[in-house]
Amino acid sequence: MPPIKRIQGRAVPIRGRDIDTDRIVPARFLKTVTFDRLGEALFYDERYDEKKNPKDHPLNDPRYAGAKIMLVEAGFGSGSSREHAPQAIRRAGFEALVGESFAEIFFGNATQIGLVAVTVAPEDLGYLFALVERAPETELVIDLEKMELKAGDRVIPVFLPEAVREAFLEGRYDPLEVLLEAMDEIRAMDARRAGPGKRGEYGGRK
Amino acid sequence: MGKTLYEKVWEAHAVRELPDGRTQLFIDLHLIHEVTSPQAFAMLKERGLKVAFPHRTFATVDHIVPTDRREEPFSDPLAQEMLEALRKNTAEHGITFFDLKSGRQGIVHVIGPELGLTQPGFTIVCGDSHTSTHGAFGAVAFGIGTTQVRDVLATQTVAMQKLKVRRIEVNGRLLPGVTAKDVILHIIRTLGVKGGIGYAYEYAGEVIERMSMDERMTIANMSIEGGARVGYMNPDETTFAYLKGRPYAPKGEDWERAVAEWKALASDPDARYDDRVEIQGETIAPTVTWGVHPGQSAPVDGRVPDPAEFPESERAQVEDALRYMKLTPGQKLSDVKVDVAFLGSCTNARLSDLREVARYLKGKKVAKGVRALVVPGSQLVAEAAHREGIADVFREAGFEWRAPGCSMCLAMNPDRLIGDELAISASNRNYKGRQGSPTGRTVLASPLTVAASAVAGHIADPREVFGIGGKDAAD
Repeated sequence: MPPIKRIQGRAVPIRGRDIDTDRIVPARFLKTVTFDRLGEALFYDERYDEKKNPKDHPLNDPRYAGAKIMLVEAGFGSGSSREHAPQAIRRAGFEALVGESFAEIFFGNATQIGLVAVTVAPEDLGYLFALVERAPETELVIDLEKMELKAGDRVIPVFLPEAVREAFLEGRYDPLEVLLEAMDEIRAMDARRAGPGKRGEYGGRK
Repeated sequence: MGKTLYEKVWEAHAVRELPDGRTQLFIDLHLIHEVTSPQAFAMLKERGLKVAFPHRTFATVDHIVPTDRREEPFSDPLAQEMLEALRKNTAEHGITFFDLKSGRQGIVHVIGPELGLTQPGFTIVCGDSHTSTHGAFGAVAFGIGTTQVRDVLATQTVAMQKLKVRRIEVNGRLLPGVTAKDVILHIIRTLGVKGGIGYAYEYAGEVIERMSMDERMTIANMSIEGGARVGYMNPDETTFAYLKGRPYAPKGEDWERAVAEWKALASDPDARYDDRVEIQGETIAPTVTWGVHPGQSAPVDGRVPDPAEFPESERAQVEDALRYMKLTPGQKLSDVKVDVAFLGSCTNARLSDLREVARYLKGKKVAKGVRALVVPGSQLVAEAAHREGIADVFREAGFEWRAPGCSMCLAMNPDRLIGDELAISASNRNYKGRQGSPTGRTVLASPLTVAASAVAGHIADPREVFGIGGKDAAD
């Protein structure tokens, strides 16, 4: 995994508190055995009407085309555990989310696939929304080494749990390799612990 | 200082602390379904890895299965493809699959407990946020993403940050006509949809202690709607009585030893909690949602709120919700017409849910113009419902009796709302577009309220329609 230290690009403002994963990717787009085409499903029902005509939505606004950062409000990603949601955001070309707070499962899913989700103070978020709505061409720079975001003439502190920040900087955000290192201990625990239809050392597997 | 069940289970499953400060946690039971697992198996293959402990993973098919016509191939080729992928993946890796012809297929959070796979003290994961359901047994159970499903298949572990614990005591008693669903909707309204972020919820108190396992599951199920990834109850005699004799539960001498271990898992009386909340059972009313998230709810005999009653920071959100729901501030909830009544989902499609409704539904008819569906949670639930004559009661009342699956809870199968239809639904989520139409409207409610509304043709108070608790039956 490549380290992630800096994200630079324009930002698209997505307004709304408690945006749930059903809105990020409506369930009918989950009918797939791959994640490949999910970018197209991103916010589908907010972007298109029932006749598939584009609606007034920032993601349909050419001024925001090619944005790498998504600005969101509090409680983003609530609801289902579907990784399809961060996958869709990632596959639509986004590398980072900047918000006020994120739902827990969503945050974990995003982190594991290298989609950075940082929080900022509510007043800073208000500034950022106003800025990119007024001047969509503004380039934002998120610096994970300094934990700051440069936007317009401001430098804004960003927040991320320290462990997650280190994981991004060192390219360890996908934990599988690390988890695999402990296979001996895990085998011992499997042998010791009860399981369905099995009481560990008492019964053996039936 | 004593410990909570959450801490005890956590410590028993910690393989080691990871360099990033999280814990590598061993998983006793991994449940998979067709929606969130195929990509995980593909990732495994890409890395040349195998399923490390196939005896700890169990599969079923629930989200995409049609509930009317079960012959294969399904009319939807994508649904068929997902089912085939799960068959292939489970066969290739030696995983037990409760397929459509097994007699044990059903919603993953219904079959785990009813087969005795779910046990106290287990860590349980599934690529599904309603995995919190299994916490009703004193398990630590939570939803994971697909990349983590891969981690569990490959290592039987996940990297997790330990949560704080909030004890929610529901004391006193529930009034007639008030159900477990109303309790959890009340809790979510009280603590907020983000209130549980960072917490495991421990549900306790006299009301919870008196509840059946099915009722406890309804509550634990919707922990995630309150933002809590984990929700659990301490195991007790009710838990043990439920599990005894189930196919995957311990047997004989193992059973006695297991019960002794399980008893020791319960939170100690002097355990320290990060937060405590007490709710008085008598204050809880039959509750329905009026908005687009599960925290936007009110007593069924109340009115649609006025955005002006809310703090300014929430007002725009409330206005947006009422616009979407096409409701007017001050309107009586009982004036809201329903087009669809859905009784199903991992929240409320267990045998006791259906039994309770059937008891009152007997001799009543679904109102003209209402499409009413009952989708049992599993094949075992359906079979028992047939045996007890419950299915007939529903059919005679005008409900369509369907085959088990997730169905209209999230409409990944052909069961869905059309246009801006309004559904009164025993499911768990009322998000915009949730039930398959981008403009469809969902009102969450208990099974009793769903049935009462189906009969009345509008949102209705089950105490009135069914004459529960001294209130006269209408008409």
